[in-house]
Amino acid sequence: MTAEARGIVAIVEPAEGPAGTLTAELLGVARRLGNDLNQPVTAVVLGEAAAEAGPLWELGADRVIRVVHPLLNQFNLDAALAALEPLLRQENPNVVLMAHTFQGRALGPALAFRLGTGVATDCVDLRPDAGGGLVLTRSILGGNFRAEVVIDTRPQVVTLRPKAFPPAEPSTGRTGAEEEFRPELDPARIRQEVRRRVQEAAAEGVRLEDARIVVAGGRGLGGPENWHLIEELASALGAAVGASRAVTDAGWVPTSLQVGLTGKTISPDLYIAVGISGAVQHMAGVSSAKTIVAINKDPDATIFKYARFGVVGDAKEILPALTREVKKALGKA
Amino acid sequence: MNIVVCIKYVPDWEAPASQFRIEDTRLVPAPGIAYRISDTDDEAIEAALRLKEQHGGRVTAISLGPAAARDGLKHALAMGCDQAILLDDPAFEDSDAAGTAAVLAAAIRKLGDVDLVLTGRQAADWDQGQVHAGIAELLGLPAVIPARHIEWNGSEFIVHRIYEEGYEEIAVKPPCVVACSNEIAEPRYPTLRGIMAASRAQIPVWTAADLGVDPGQVGRAGRRTRVLRLYAPQVEAKCEFIEGETPEEIAAKLVQRLREEKLL
Repeated sequence: MTAEARGIVAIVEPAEGPAGTLTAELLGVARRLGNDLNQPVTAVVLGEAAAEAGPLWELGADRVIRVVHPLLNQFNLDAALAALEPLLRQENPNVVLMAHTFQGRALGPALAFRLGTGVATDCVDLRPDAGGGLVLTRSILGGNFRAEVVIDTRPQVVTLRPKAFPPAEPSTGRTGAEEEFRPELDPARIRQEVRRRVQEAAAEGVRLEDARIVVAGGRGLGGPENWHLIEELASALGAAVGASRAVTDAGWVPTSLQVGLTGKTISPDLYIAVGISGAVQHMAGVSSAKTIVAINKDPDATIFKYARFGVVGDAKEILPALTREVKKALGKA
Repeated sequence: MNIVVCIKYVPDWEAPASQFRIEDTRLVPAPGIAYRISDTDDEAIEAALRLKEQHGGRVTAISLGPAAARDGLKHALAMGCDQAILLDDPAFEDSDAAGTAAVLAAAIRKLGDVDLVLTGRQAADWDQGQVHAGIAELLGLPAVIPARHIEWNGSEFIVHRIYEEGYEEIAVKPPCVVACSNEIAEPRYPTLRGIMAASRAQIPVWTAADLGVDPGQVGRAGRRTRVLRLYAPQVEAKCEFIEGETPEEIAAKLVQRLREEKLL
């Protein structure tokens, strides 16, 4: 597929909440590359109930291709691969972009291998090089180091770390083309079936990914019996609750609250980390938070290297006082 | 049930950054740094051992060299794996994920009669999360990533795959590839007996010729990606510590500072 590979394909995830910015981040990157390389941007949407074309054009897509099949209405890796392979062979793009979500983590590498090409995952930056290729920045060793890599095969498959790129500003009234692609899926190649989805994250309240303020707890809280202190402060602030991997591993709270390299990437204006040591793997999930407040017993905890404000002290004493002060300040007392 | 677990033996990823040196496009660990089985690869071994304990069968651990990976394989044997094989050949050196997957897939093919291939979700050194997908695609198998639970119901594996809001229950027929997340099972400590047996065990080495791997498809020659540059990102330390006699005083000062910064 190396000859004349042209165009930027962005694989959009329709299943994001109203406050989500994933699609705008993805199309922001796609549009910038489209302009820099003078190549068209195509948004590919899987499933029937997918987002309308209008907003995708406004965010920068020249074309929207809807890939329609009943098996694509919910993410199924086998079905997605079987549908995208013929489409991408026909399109022969230079770049295939998607978000490094749980869908992208599965789909990006598998799609690259299906197409016989290379992939760079969880990229935090990228720029075009002189020859139409991309220089991709990835974080390695948990985030202690960065690597700039290039992909020598086409298409260049890239997954983008959420919140690492600025979202595109919609340009009202911008339109483009819309097409439909109806793949024939061989049932023999659909070897896995999603039997059910179990939602553990709270269905109400602010989504962790979209929250302006997040209060997150770690092992320094001492035990699950103290977790209510995190929830009370979050509630007083109207914030979402997050957790370190140590805490989700220990089963104090569901995995869906995990912030970090293997959990969620978030970019709140204010991140209050309580009893979290600040391992680089955790900080990878909040590197684009604007302000970090750290509360930790250990004055040498790594978290203070990243924090704007620090409190050295026992969370069990500090948190109740902080919750009271916040309520007073916000007129909730 | 025959299970193959693919493990990577890596320098301690929790060591401070100062313990690593950048040499051109390589990250060189300091001399005394410990090597460990990569994060989530040991959980994959544990998941395999539990499936074997429930349903019988055989667990084989494989690892792509260098020769130091032999110690990782000894650990896998000490935990209870039945067999370990080191895949080592100068032709494999400098493989990227595509080359690594090609070697591991060839070894799995050579082993034959495999019901389940387990890997970790991403190796702790390069954090890529690609190799499981490569193995699956090269062998034509379905893949699930990342899994926090796996069980066998007699005809298919039921895997709980993590997604943003919780998990999906996925039914997948053998043979298949499952990439394990850390939640899947707490790895056991090897018993003294296990360690003794592992220290005496022979670990065969399979080379490119043993595997029938084309040297042009692996190592430097088979790379699809290249590293241009490595660097350490700078973190600016500028923490303002809030102090006080009582928790109340500290809390009040912190809230005041957050309001001044228009964060509340």
